Amino acid sequence: MSGHPSTYEPKYAATKWLDTRLPIVRMGADFMTFPSPRNLNYWYTFGGILTLCLASQIITGIILAMHYVPHVDLAFDSVQRIRRDVPFGWLLQPMHAVGASMFFLAVYVHMFRGLYYGSYKAPREVLWIIGCLIYLIMMATGFLGYTLPWGQMSFWGATVITGFFGAVPVVGESLQQWLLGGYAVDNATLNRFFALHYLLPFVIAGLVGLHVWALHHVGQNNPIGITTKTKQDTLSFHPYYTIKDGFAVVVFLLIFAFFIFYQPDALGHADNYIEADALKTPPHIVPEWYFLPFYAILRAVPDKLLGIVLMLGAIVVLFVLPWLDTSKVRSMRFRPVAKWFFWIFLFFCFILGWCGAETPDNIAIPFGVDAAGQVRGLNFTWLSRIATIYYFAYFVLILPILGLVETPKDRPDSITKAVLGDTKHTAILPAE
Amino acid sequence: MSDDKKLDIPSAVEDEGKRDFIFIATGAAAAAGAVSLGWPLVAQMGKAADTLAAGSIEIDVSKVAEGQQLKMLWRGKPVFVRHRTPAEIKIAEDTLISDCPDPEEDSARLIAKPDGSIDPRYLVMIGVCTHFGCIPVGESGDFNGWYCPCHGSHYDTSGRIRKGPAPKNMEIPEYKYVSDTVIKVG
Repeated sequence: MSGHPSTYEPKYAATKWLDTRLPIVRMGADFMTFPSPRNLNYWYTFGGILTLCLASQIITGIILAMHYVPHVDLAFDSVQRIRRDVPFGWLLQPMHAVGASMFFLAVYVHMFRGLYYGSYKAPREVLWIIGCLIYLIMMATGFLGYTLPWGQMSFWGATVITGFFGAVPVVGESLQQWLLGGYAVDNATLNRFFALHYLLPFVIAGLVGLHVWALHHVGQNNPIGITTKTKQDTLSFHPYYTIKDGFAVVVFLLIFAFFIFYQPDALGHADNYIEADALKTPPHIVPEWYFLPFYAILRAVPDKLLGIVLMLGAIVVLFVLPWLDTSKVRSMRFRPVAKWFFWIFLFFCFILGWCGAETPDNIAIPFGVDAAGQVRGLNFTWLSRIATIYYFAYFVLILPILGLVETPKDRPDSITKAVLGDTKHTAILPAE
Repeated sequence: MSDDKKLDIPSAVEDEGKRDFIFIATGAAAAAGAVSLGWPLVAQMGKAADTLAAGSIEIDVSKVAEGQQLKMLWRGKPVFVRHRTPAEIKIAEDTLISDCPDPEEDSARLIAKPDGSIDPRYLVMIGVCTHFGCIPVGESGDFNGWYCPCHGSHYDTSGRIRKGPAPKNMEIPEYKYVSDTVIKVG
């Protein structure tokens, strides 16, 4: 999988024998000595963190599946039973539920890192697209999993999201009922959601393999976006980045542990402690926090079909980003204008998240009070419209145009020069 | 042995057209097989026979007092039976259908009894917002009909969409009066 000459020498008779038949130890050894750019910062530790998240979700998920019952009459109680009666269920269930949030937190950092340092640009387009695909399947998995506890938010979230398919012209209703296996979200739906929720993480694991393969084929990007040229520009993955990733993992796990042990329900919604009721919609349906920006885009448009198209478009646009950004300069560090548009983009993503959590007609930014004593101002619908326009403009207008008109700053010749200055520093080469 | 001599003829000369035919025929048979085996894998997700058979419910509308609404579960969805007040009926009937995004007369949303008369008091509809399937709340919204809390759709006292993102009026299920006061839905 590595794109560098192998330095592995099998030492024992057994490893020599194996190496000529299946060089799997060599593959692992080459992975550990992969030459990584010497200037990777902590934003580059999230790949490792995400791998840990996936492993944790799969392990805790398989355990939960041993106790969970995917039936409308039993699902809700079986989840409560896991939390109350199953040995260590109080730990394992929140590990999985909080784990989903932590997984998305890490993936968003990882993605914004890629956006800032231009990690999607040639020759990393396929690497980026596989990443987008992983994110898309993660969203599907997260949604399916949220349905399983069969609380009110599970049920109504599933109703709203499967309703998207009903908006497809002509075949919409048939398509929706085919997905649900009935006229409404019911036992057939719960069963298939459970089956698919169990399947998709393994699809993600396969795609992660491709993602890492592509990464090792083209080499990692780095904070200055300059391609590695000499051995001096790189460090062996182990021990330099295993240690760095390891430290970041520990910090990440501290935050993870805080939620598991002290706030296991803080990232969820209280309404999900009410069993699903097909006759009563909760007054305020919200998705989980990691879907809120997309939910805001959906609600920003008064038309049902257009809302869905825009919401999907917000993800599709990521896939074609490598061809939308016309700048040859990867890192925003050398793009004095684009950098500011990036931070505004990040800001509006948070604004969209805020809008998604609020009631559309409420006032977001009050301007004053009218004659009747009512607060006047910009409501969340309009705020989400402004943010949605910026979200799309960033990809389809700002990045394409900026690449043509912006003058980038001078870039250093090499990573080594950027890190160590212009002098010869051959002695600083790390011990191998 | 004449058979052996035949085998010596270079295949490229004799078989060209025959091979193409065999390739295409094999490919077509394999494709037909894959589709006929693939279809059950896809179709199994559709509505099962017992779901389709879940059929019909009977409701005695006379038990619903004026100004009240009955909610019954039918095919996994709520059916609203609303006993409308005279004021609500008047508003529903007087509304210009040009004001409705999905134009429909109030009378077109009611089903006649066996004797041909229409009882405008009882409005029977599927209580599901046509936006994304939430259940609207009664006697609320800008038109005093129903209001969907999910994304802010307003329905009038005839269940017609008047404001908000929902594209259609609330659906009228197939039902009929089996007696003067009992309806059969489905």
